[in-house]
Amino acid sequence: MIPATSMEPRPRDDELARSWARAIARTSYVSMSREELVTHLEQPARRLIAALAADDYDPRVPTEVGAGLVAAHFTHPSSLQRTLAVLGAQLAPAALAGQRLARLGELQGAVAAGYTQAMQDRALHEQEQIRTAVMDARAEADRARWASEARFQALFAEAAVGIGIATVDGRVIEVNRALCDMFGYSAEEMIEHVVADFVHPDDAPDVWRTYDDLATGRRDHFRMDKAYYRSDGQKIWTDLVVSLIRSQDGVPLFVVAMVEDITDRQRLQTQLRHQASHDPLTDLPNRTLFYDRLNAMLTDPPPGARVGLCYLDLDGFKAINDTFGHDVGDELLRTVAGRLAARLADDGHLVARTGGDEFVVLIGGSSGTQGLVAVAETALAAVRAPLDLDGHAIEISASLGLVERAATATTAAELMKAADTTLYWAKADGRDRWALFDTERYARDVSRYRLTSQLPEALAQGQFFLEYQPLVSLRDGTLTGVEALVRWRHPELGVLGPDQFIGLAEETGLIVALGRWVLGEACQQGQRWRVTHPHRDLLISVNLAVRQVRDPAIVTTVTEILDGSGLDPRWLQLELTESAVMATSGQPLQTLHALADLGARIAIDDFGTGYSNLAYLRDLPVGTLKLAGSFIAGLRHADRPDRVDREILSTLVRLAHTLDMTVTAEGVETADQADALRRLGCDTAQGWHYAAAGPAQSVTALLTR
Amino acid sequence: MLAGIFRSPRRKGVSVNRPDWAPPEIDVDRPAVARVYDYYLGGLHNFAVDREFAAQVLQAMPDLPTHAQENRAFLRRAVRFLTAQGIDQFVDLGSGIPTVGNVHEVAQRADADSRVVYVDWDPVAVAHSRAILDGNHRASVIAADLRQPGQVLDDPALRQLIDLDRPVAVLLVSVLHFVPDDQRPREIVSEFAKAVAPGSYLVISHASSEGQPEQAARLQALYNKSASPMRVRSRAEISALFGDLTLVDPGVVQMPLWRPDSSDDVGPDVESYPGYAGVARIG
Repeated sequence: MIPATSMEPRPRDDELARSWARAIARTSYVSMSREELVTHLEQPARRLIAALAADDYDPRVPTEVGAGLVAAHFTHPSSLQRTLAVLGAQLAPAALAGQRLARLGELQGAVAAGYTQAMQDRALHEQEQIRTAVMDARAEADRARWASEARFQALFAEAAVGIGIATVDGRVIEVNRALCDMFGYSAEEMIEHVVADFVHPDDAPDVWRTYDDLATGRRDHFRMDKAYYRSDGQKIWTDLVVSLIRSQDGVPLFVVAMVEDITDRQRLQTQLRHQASHDPLTDLPNRTLFYDRLNAMLTDPPPGARVGLCYLDLDGFKAINDTFGHDVGDELLRTVAGRLAARLADDGHLVARTGGDEFVVLIGGSSGTQGLVAVAETALAAVRAPLDLDGHAIEISASLGLVERAATATTAAELMKAADTTLYWAKADGRDRWALFDTERYARDVSRYRLTSQLPEALAQGQFFLEYQPLVSLRDGTLTGVEALVRWRHPELGVLGPDQFIGLAEETGLIVALGRWVLGEACQQGQRWRVTHPHRDLLISVNLAVRQVRDPAIVTTVTEILDGSGLDPRWLQLELTESAVMATSGQPLQTLHALADLGARIAIDDFGTGYSNLAYLRDLPVGTLKLAGSFIAGLRHADRPDRVDREILSTLVRLAHTLDMTVTAEGVETADQADALRRLGCDTAQGWHYAAAGPAQSVTALLTR
Repeated sequence: MLAGIFRSPRRKGVSVNRPDWAPPEIDVDRPAVARVYDYYLGGLHNFAVDREFAAQVLQAMPDLPTHAQENRAFLRRAVRFLTAQGIDQFVDLGSGIPTVGNVHEVAQRADADSRVVYVDWDPVAVAHSRAILDGNHRASVIAADLRQPGQVLDDPALRQLIDLDRPVAVLLVSVLHFVPDDQRPREIVSEFAKAVAPGSYLVISHASSEGQPEQAARLQALYNKSASPMRVRSRAEISALFGDLTLVDPGVVQMPLWRPDSSDDVGPDVESYPGYAGVARIG
């Protein structure tokens, strides 16, 4: 590594630089490549070689070279060590040759001294720098902390939300103005407290366990509504947010509570909740609360749990409202509500007002129908007690529907539907009573309801059809007419007779549309027969229901149908029930006359079953009396004819003939009956004895024969 | 006390002028990685406690000062390479205590207009850097946490010097081994890469478990007992930090082998060099 002794007395600076660079590269970190380092060292190498040879030796040169090493960051001791070694080895031949060994030693010493001095300066400087940096950093951190503290101190002091800080062992150490105001204490009084002083009887069971979890570091945060006592003993409700402050290594230090007074909000909420779940008039629980309670009972009920319902509706409440006014009506509702609640709510039953004059008593944990009946009797008695309202002595009653069943086996909707139907039974059975739900009756009602609801669709879809039962002359046995009878070809139940649906159609009013269809169909068929058998006199007899007669458009309807079909009115007979005719007065009576004036024949159906005003009969435009089948039944046995029946029939026939009416006997089943009727002077008859009702073709066949 | 209460280090704040990371305490009684590294490089910006810790580390890995030099030499070569590619903006993440051959010295020697922003979260390193950079209008330092790239790049002081619409070099030199896996170093890198303009470069150097596995394990164990846990990574893991960016030649290699100035600069013991580096072009 050290070159052999040079013949050249003066060493070359580039050689020295190269050797030097090789020696000290990688001893310290410098920001230079090897080539750059060689270049970097060429100048100091030249200066040192010059200094060795110079007559006027300047010791500052080697000193500066030593210092330059440090400046280039040759800070490791081995950098100096190797530098001195290289200088010794590289410069020794020239020094020897020039008698300058002492100068070389001086030179090396000065390089070392310069290096050492520079290292010392550098060390002091860098130590100074790093200490200054620490101070600067601290000052910066302090400044930031101070600014932050100042900001937050202002925030803390002026916050509208109450803030309190406590140690983890529960001493209150800092509170803000808002918290003091909220609690009614001065700051000094507040910090005399410990956290445990703020217990309140309304505390949720887990408040203090949660607080303990926080103070011991098991959680960092919690939020809940909590009540406190103010200094004056008043209760305040707060929205409390509690956070844990830990040291940097995670040890719990402080507990911060942020407290917002929500007393007003709480009060309002309570009020709103009550309003939402109670009826404003009676202050009883409303429908919503009732359903909530009921659904709660039906959701996951304990095994064997039963539930009972009393659905109560005042009888004739509307009349009271109409008669005495709504104020009295409201007062009545309030009174009844008060009585029901007083006598029933204390037993743990829920008494709710579910609508106008409807109340419901919900019996949880029902033990059976007996308990329910007892409740119903109590409720009835409560309603029955006379009231004095605004000077009016009012007596009122109620009807109740009772349902009781296992909680697992039902839903709220099912229960209410059952109770509603049962209430309707109590009403239908005469009011002022309770009715108990009955599965079979309910099933019947439901199927009736189903049929009723299917009627309009059945009419639209053409599920009805007509059959015709012959009317036969008792004198000569000829066919004088037919009665049109409606049938329903039900898609599931098969063919249904009028007794199974006409009543339903009358209740719903569909009878008007259905009757119009029947009349139209019958008239068209009648006209067809007129065309095919123009020489046969054939009366088409069609039933009119009470509601049809009351329909203001009935005369127009019949006129249109007759015009439409082309049937001469004299071939049309309209059958009305006795009660329909007898109940007529005013408009319906005029209707009856108008129909008769059209030329149609009017018959009274089922004559003798109602209470006919015989005198009245005289003034009616009636052409035929159809005698009820019950009279005819008495003639069934020719050997033992009922004398009274026979007398009545005889009288009726004579009466009819006197009034210029013909008489038709219905339900004639035997030849004996036919004979007897003929002898009594009855004009026509119908019944199985002659023919059952059948399709139009069967009548056509009779006509053709 | 109040500020501490409201700025709990465990909870995220939302204020723009306060960082939501907590800088390390200014505690000269505990070793700081920046000062310890300065000591490895022969610097004297350190305290007895730093030197004591360094002494323990040097026992575990006696060649560490040389390795540190090689790392700085790589940084110098990488910056020169980047300036040669026309890069004149540098963000040096985890820059530590400024020492000889800082990025701005190297870069501004090549192009006096080069802009350099140093980023560190050690308040002492930041204060020292600020003192060193006083008067240099093209270089500055910000206190920020490199694990939050968005905040770093949104820092107004950084934006004053760095135009993110133009290519920039993002330097992660000898710092990602202080980011453990659960802090998702790969995502951090990719977030920086996504935020910079096409034509930018990413520089990573990283201590490795390869080369001197036993020494590296001892080194890691020592750091793990300090306030700055360490995660040395395999070459494959270090390569993976670049994601799908395009590496410039020679790829991820042991630091002395990354574009050495001359063969003289590559020491004989390069095979066992316990650190890898690479430079990738973005976009």
